[in-house]
Parts: sequence; structure tokens; C-alpha cells
Amino acid sequence: MGWNGNCVHTGKKIRFCLKTEKGLWVMKHIAIGILGAATLGFMASAASATTLDTVKAKGFIQCGVSTGLAGFSAPDDKGDWQGIDADFCRAVAAAVFGDGTKVKFTPLSAKERFTALQSGEVDILSRNTTWTINRDTALGLNFIGTTYYDGQGFMINAKKLPGVNSALQLSGAAVCVQSGTTTELNLADYFKANKMEYNPVVFEKLEEVNAAYDAGRCDVYTTDQSGLYGIRLTLGSPADHVVLPEIISKEPLGPAVRQGDDQWYHIVKWTYFALLDAEELGITKANVDEMKNSASPEIKRVLGQEADTKIGTDLGVSNDWVVNIVKAVGNYGEMFDRNVGSGSPLKIARGINALWTKGGLQYAPPIR
Amino acid sequence: MSWVRTEMALAQPAPTSVRGPVAWVRKNLVGTVGDTILTILGIAIVAWVLPQVINWAFINAVWTGPDRTVCATAAQGGIQPEGWTGACWAFVNAKFGQFMFGTYPIEERWRPILVAILFVVLLVPMLIPRVPRKGLNAILLFLVLPIVSFFLLIGGVFGLPHVETSRWGGLLVTLSLSFVGIAVSLPLGTVLALGRRSKMPIIKTLCVIFIETVRGIPLITVLFFVSVMLPLFLPAGVTFDKFLRALIGVSLFAAAYMAEVVRGGLQAIPKGQYEGADSLGLGYWQKMGLIVLPQALKLVIPGIVNTFIGMFKDTSLVLIISMFDLLGVVKQNFSDANWATPQTARSGLVFAAFVFWLFCFGMSRYSMYTERRLDTGHKR
Repeated sequence: MGWNGNCVHTGKKIRFCLKTEKGLWVMKHIAIGILGAATLGFMASAASATTLDTVKAKGFIQCGVSTGLAGFSAPDDKGDWQGIDADFCRAVAAAVFGDGTKVKFTPLSAKERFTALQSGEVDILSRNTTWTINRDTALGLNFIGTTYYDGQGFMINAKKLPGVNSALQLSGAAVCVQSGTTTELNLADYFKANKMEYNPVVFEKLEEVNAAYDAGRCDVYTTDQSGLYGIRLTLGSPADHVVLPEIISKEPLGPAVRQGDDQWYHIVKWTYFALLDAEELGITKANVDEMKNSASPEIKRVLGQEADTKIGTDLGVSNDWVVNIVKAVGNYGEMFDRNVGSGSPLKIARGINALWTKGGLQYAPPIR
Repeated sequence: MSWVRTEMALAQPAPTSVRGPVAWVRKNLVGTVGDTILTILGIAIVAWVLPQVINWAFINAVWTGPDRTVCATAAQGGIQPEGWTGACWAFVNAKFGQFMFGTYPIEERWRPILVAILFVVLLVPMLIPRVPRKGLNAILLFLVLPIVSFFLLIGGVFGLPHVETSRWGGLLVTLSLSFVGIAVSLPLGTVLALGRRSKMPIIKTLCVIFIETVRGIPLITVLFFVSVMLPLFLPAGVTFDKFLRALIGVSLFAAAYMAEVVRGGLQAIPKGQYEGADSLGLGYWQKMGLIVLPQALKLVIPGIVNTFIGMFKDTSLVLIISMFDLLGVVKQNFSDANWATPQTARSGLVFAAFVFWLFCFGMSRYSMYTERRLDTGHKR
């Protein structure tokens, strides 16, 4: 702890230090007590009514999204939220209500997001949030899976660095990075581990980093790879800029729910799995109605067409929940293409977000 | 004695060397060597910058279009020729409804428009001194209009669908925050200023504590506290409306600053005025209302308008609690990949700056007009 190191060992000063330490100890415990009481408070009330019941009672899902991130959650011309994160909430609404429009969005800043979920202000946090152990345990959240595997990447100005096609060739480059982020720390680690030199060009605000990079003040831009594609759209000559293949950190982005409500957790988690299974089985927004009469028993089972099926009702939703999900937002692949992939201006390749059958990491347990 | 003039000589016009445009140029632009150099420099800078600005903002600008392609060059994936730069007003055009009303439902947008019309209809006669019935007008503007607007905008009565304040945004938020802030802060600030100069110890202490506490904490800290910490201490499901939080915060803050501005005016009134009022046998409120405050408030008009303008611009701070005022909505829409071009951010920010400037400049000019109209010889 910081204040111990500041103690000077003269009799008077030590007394002073001890006093301060005790004061801090007391303050810390009071703070913990208050927070603990608050935590108990909302946990107790969370137990009294399940999230599914409250959601059904109010008739819509309150979904926490970002305040604007291209491809994940951003307002379109009409002011409706579009993006993978927004569509995921629509999918959950479709599973619960059979209607993907029964969702209301709350834009949340990075600082507000966890409080908003803990306090019950939102029912799902679908806000490009990295899944970490600390958030899963200490913060009282439950991540339901990874809807987008992201990671920190590099974009280079190919005119200034001709012939570079790997991050390992970046020794001595000037790198634009946002200060005070994990991005900055990952960058330092990576260059140190590979025994390379670099010249950091650091800014407080993302807009400043973008402007500096566009003006040529640095050769390399580093942030999450999905962000690099969005930034490339705002550059003067995007063709000169190349996103390098290396990913130097793991940023699994996924939706989270409150801890302590297994039913809601399962509904949200299996909505995600249903999106993946639908893609694997070739069920799309266009063919979902024909697929109901498919000869394949697996497809019929997933779509709730099996006789006496209880898959949906056991989950707490209707048996045609997968049909509703796919009708509302399509399968995972369609959702990806529309928002960040080939059907969007971002044009991000599927990469590790492809299904496991196509060499990616997206894998869902079977619905049976 | 025929050499004595019997009538006044006719006034001659001033010689051409001290009047007319030529003389003005000589006096103001090329009076000394230093002036001449500065003039040439100034003209050079204007001649260099102005054509570029006009080119960017008008000639090369794109006014309408469905998506980013109209505002991007071929290399950027658009339709414009290589080397093109121009304002992307198409972006502002496509998002105009959002910039004005946020995500207020489109089919309900006639409600904020109606409120805006009512506001203008009541405000304009209030600002023109010749128009009679100021008392009735003030009651309508400051008491009836807020109540009517509240029900119109929130809805939930008379068959109007309910619209949560979380869907408000853009200029609607900026203006409603500012209007309520202005309407609350001036009377409350005046009362606080009077309270601070009061001889009654309890009232004085309370006013001093309020003013100094509120002025001592940054608005951004309070907004942040109520949005991040407060929900943890409240039982689940109990949420204070974010807009209400911002409204209360902004109003109380403006009132504390206003109190100090008005106190400055009160201190500038000579003691003789107070004593004169006392000797006429006026009570406290008569003395203040008839003698002291009219003079004091007139003196501090620049300070009052300064506070108003500052508050108008401070409303952007509600971004910290994820409420989107005009600037917030503009910035939020930069993240729409369908409009991401190098020109988008520039055009959006210029538009936001222009709207803010329009309102602030309007307030500033009106305050100067009021000062001139109320001028009773204190001007130096």
C-alpha cells in the first residue's frame, strides 16, 4: 500500500503514519460496509422476483448498449440502435416475447455499465464488454458467452512502412495509442517481449488519436481490431492503410447478466447458442418457415417441431423460440454480416468468429 | 459696423480628409506603419482562409444523400472524385431529426414541435418592450408553459403515449435544461443573494452553506455521483429519472452562481438608496422590490447573461450520465458506420457549433439591447 512507503522513520512521523493508516483502515471498512449492505440489498430483492417475471410484467427487455460503437451498437438515421450488440438483445426479446421489437435500449458509458446491470436498471448488458475473471466473480456478473472474439491489433500506413506485413517488423515505429487504457499496456508488453523498440505517440481522447494518425504523426495505430476497421472508414485514403494479422491480446466480447438468476442466465445463454446452431444447420431468416418441414430430425427439434417437445418450455419460453429468434435477427452469420461483415461498410472478415466447422471458434452445444 | 456678423455662420461639412470611406480607411487601416502591416497581414489571412471555408462549406458541400458514399472519394469507397473535400451536410440532413429530438418517437415528434411553437409565441412578445400585458405573458411563459410542456412531452395523459425521458435528446434536451435552469436560477439566485445579505443569522447561514457547497463541487462530479453511486444505495427497481437528476443539478448550480452575481449588484447600490427607502417607510420587500433590486439587477445584466450562456453550454456535461444533448447526439452519430467518412465528424461538429453560437449570440445581443434600454446614466 502506498502510504506505508511514504513513512519517514523518525518517532513523530511514524506515529503520524500509523494514525493515517488506521484512519484509512476505518474509512475503507465503512465504505465496504456500505457497499456490502447495498449489494445484499439488491441481491435480496433480485431473489424475490425473477428477471423473467419482471421482464414479462413490464413487456419489454431493457438492454444496456454502448454510447456508440460502429458495428456493435450505433444509432441509424431513424435513431434505432443497430449492431451486433443491439441485435443480440432483439434476439432475446424474440425468444421471450416472440417479437424482436420488444426491447428498449439504454446507452451506457464504460463507467456506468456495471452499476446499471447490478442495480437492475438494465436486464442485459450487451455492450462490447470484455469477459474477464474479475468481472465474472467480483463484480457479480455472469457472462453468457463470446458473441465477438476481438483482440488488439495494428493498422499501419503502408505508404510510410512499405513491405511490412507483420507486427514483428514494426521495430522503431511511431505508434499512436490512447493513454490510460489496457491497449497501452498490452502494446508495451508486446514490444518488450519481442525485444523491439517503439516510439509511443499518446493521446487522451480517441478523436485525437484518429486525427494524429490521419495526419501522419505516427506510422502505426493500435486498438481493438474491430475498432481499427471503423477508424479506417474515416481516413483520407483508406487503401493506404493495412490491418496487420497479429492479435496481441484476447478481448472476448459478450453479453452479461446479473448473478443469481439461473433461469434468465439460461435464456440469454441459449439465445446465443440458438443463433450459432441455426447458422450451423443452415437455418436463415429467409428459409426458416420452409425449414420447419425439413426432413432432418435435428432441424425439426431445434425449431420446436418435434411432437411433445418441451425444450422451449423447460427453458421458460415458447417452443418455437428459435423460429422467433431467426425471424427477428437471422442466424449468427447473418447478424455478423449485416452489422460488421461483408454486408456493412466495416467489411470485417469472419476470421476466428467463424463457426468451428469453418475453422473458427464459435461453437454451440446441441439443442436437444 | 458692417463687419460684425449678424447671423451665425452656416455649419460646413467636415473636410473630406476626415470623413467618408477614404478617411476611414486612412485612419483605421493605414494610420501608421504598424497598422498598415497588420492590415495587409489581416487581408492576406482572410483571402487565404475565406475561399477555402466557402469552398468547403458551400461550393463543394454535399447537401443530400442516402449514406456515406456521397461524402467519400472513390478511394474511400464513395462517388466523389479524388482530392475532393467538402462538408457532408447530407449527414446532418439525414440525422437532423435526431439532432433536434434525440430518439423521441418519430410519429410523436409533433409534440416537441408544438412546445417549441408555443415557446416562441410566448417568448417573442415577452422580449419586445412595446407589447403590452407583460404580467399575463410572464405567467403564461413561466408557469403555464412548463406545465403544459411537461404533459405534452412526457405524455401518459389525454391519450398521449408515454415517452420516457431517456428517449429525449439533442436540442430538445439542451433547450429544456437551459429554459428550466434559467427560469429557476434567476428567482432562486436572487432570493439566495438577499438571504446571504440578511441580518437573520439562520437564513444567512443556510444561504452561505448552500452557495458555498454548491459552488465548491464541480457539476460533473455531482452528475457522476448520482448516476454511478446512487443506484447502488437505492433498492432495486427504484430509479430516479436521469433527466430529472440533470434538471435539478443544473438548476441548483446555476442558482448558486446567480446568487453571487446578484450579490455583486446589491453591493454596488449605495447605502443612501437603502436609507432613502427606509426613510420613506417602505418595508423590506417593498424596499428591495421597488428601490434596490431594479437598480442592482440592471447593473449585473452582463453577469446574469454570462451565467445563462455558461449554463447553456454546460448542459453538454449531461453526456457524463449518458443523456445526449445536441453535442452528445452529434458525437454519438459519428459511430454510425453508414456515415463514417473523413468529413463526417468535421461537418457534424461545425453544425453543432453553429447552433450553439446562434443561441448564445442571440442571448448576448438581447442583453446588450436591454442594457442600452435600461441605461440611466451609469454607463461610462
